[in-house]
Amino acid sequence: MVKSFEDRVFNGFVYVILGLCGLAAVLPILYVLSVSVTPFGEVLRNGGFILIPREITFSAYKTLLTESNLPGAFRVTLFITVVGTAVNLVLTALMAYPLSRKGLPGRSFFLMLVVFTLLFNGGLIPTYLTVKSVGLIDTVWAMILPNAIWSFNLLIMKSFFEGLPEELFESARIDGAKEFRILLTIVAPLSLPSLLTVGLFYLVGHWNEFFQAIFYVTDRTLFPLQVIVRELLMQSQQPLENAENIMPTQTMQMASVMIASLPVIIIYPFIQKHFTKGMLLGSIKG
Amino acid sequence: MQQYDTAGARTSRRMTAAEIWQHCLRLLVKYRAFYIMLLPGLLYFAVFRYYPMYGAIIAFKDFQILEGITSSPWASPWYAHFETFYSSPYFGQLLTNTLLISLYKLVWGTLPPIALALLLNECRVRWLRSFVQTLTYMPHFLSWVIIFGILLALFSQNGGWINRWIVEAGGESVPFLTSTEYFRSMLVGSEVWQNLGWGAIIYLAAIAGIDPTLYEAARVDGASRLRNIWHITLPGIRGVIILLFVLKLGHMLDAGFDQIYILYNVQVYPVADILDTWVYRTGLQQLNFSLASAVGLFKSVIGLVLVLGANKIASRWGEGIW
Repeated sequence: MVKSFEDRVFNGFVYVILGLCGLAAVLPILYVLSVSVTPFGEVLRNGGFILIPREITFSAYKTLLTESNLPGAFRVTLFITVVGTAVNLVLTALMAYPLSRKGLPGRSFFLMLVVFTLLFNGGLIPTYLTVKSVGLIDTVWAMILPNAIWSFNLLIMKSFFEGLPEELFESARIDGAKEFRILLTIVAPLSLPSLLTVGLFYLVGHWNEFFQAIFYVTDRTLFPLQVIVRELLMQSQQPLENAENIMPTQTMQMASVMIASLPVIIIYPFIQKHFTKGMLLGSIKG
Repeated sequence: MQQYDTAGARTSRRMTAAEIWQHCLRLLVKYRAFYIMLLPGLLYFAVFRYYPMYGAIIAFKDFQILEGITSSPWASPWYAHFETFYSSPYFGQLLTNTLLISLYKLVWGTLPPIALALLLNECRVRWLRSFVQTLTYMPHFLSWVIIFGILLALFSQNGGWINRWIVEAGGESVPFLTSTEYFRSMLVGSEVWQNLGWGAIIYLAAIAGIDPTLYEAARVDGASRLRNIWHITLPGIRGVIILLFVLKLGHMLDAGFDQIYILYNVQVYPVADILDTWVYRTGLQQLNFSLASAVGLFKSVIGLVLVLGANKIASRWGEGIW
């Protein structure tokens, strides 16, 4: 079939707009990256646009990684991310599996308990008082336990488990397997993609951890990465008296932004399809 | 005869009560593994989700830290903190800001993702399509702190990219992030940037569900692609569009605490302070727990009503995908 002129114009229009959307998504990040590696003299000389820096220096990164409290914050974030995601996954799977079994007495009551938390919550202050009375304030666990199960992720995992064929469990039960073993040796391996999807949602959530730290932690040595990066960024909001000071901080600020976002940006393309799947499943079943 | 019947009924009822217990016990034993698995999760929900709902009663008390939730004295009258909030100048300002910012985000957050989904659907070059998808989904995974950094790089008054250009061109630098004039646009713009691609996913899925024979028929009739979009694609996803819109309406009181808290500053409080940010400052910074809880409870209750109402309307538009 020959493409009509009209068709070609239409295609061209589509490609241009799509290209612009893609650029709009990625250019700001590239700009941040290039500012973070540009020596500040270069920034001054070129004044405006430096997308491809002519000189590259990693001095801002070096300063941040040696002379600031960023490495400590990095360790905190790493701990929260690894331990937190593990706790999340274990608790979520343990609860999702029984809830996915249709015959369980009381199932709909428990499900209602979970769904209600999506609609209503006690509010920030009562939650804070709860965390305080449990004794978690100023511990690293305050950034892990209060959100140990996201109701939404629980429902996603539950509906994944529901999709597994019942005969599988029956035959395992006839062979005398206990439910814990079934969960561990049959359900978990078979629903690896779902565990991965939900795990990644938790993982990114922990990496971007900010608010539980702000709410429940005052000990500076326990601040995660995002809190420290925001502190660095806030320093520019107040105008400084001489220009000499601004530029190094700006390169350093952008370097800190890159350090805090790079892991997500690097692994994101490989895990994108899992997120998309989980998002669709969640919105259809939720 | 009659006596026998009632006696029989009575004994059977007594039996039922005992039987129910036995039955429950038997079920509990039979399903014990499942209930043991549920325990940690239920404990979590009890402590971190349901206990705070009980704790919300401090909205009706004069909370004292040393007394705790239960033994703090009741406020008199019981609605004292609600009254304080209602008669304060904050009430109107916070509600206006919350609803306005939500409304802007609702409008600007709906149309661009639909447009992007339509464009992606029309894209005949496979690699371009998945490339653009990958790029535009990415900002969704960046935290607001990172986006704040990007906004500073582009818009800050000293050293921001745009202001460098303005100053170089001989103009006055513009305080995009610190003036009441531009701040809401920054909020809405950064939200659109973050969620453009991610928001398109669900519309793309809905488009994929449209019956392809409709397009075949239209092509036989010689319809242009624009007409296809207008007469087949858009009507085909109308249900999903309305559904998502209504569900978002249900969350009108959530104007985006995470984003606003990280982006705002004292200069823009008049246009950016929302219910949630005020609750945070009043409660956790000024330690006025009861007043903050009252406002939080007010928001939660109205929010619950809105969400339930929205769900009710949405279920009428359910069109299969829900």
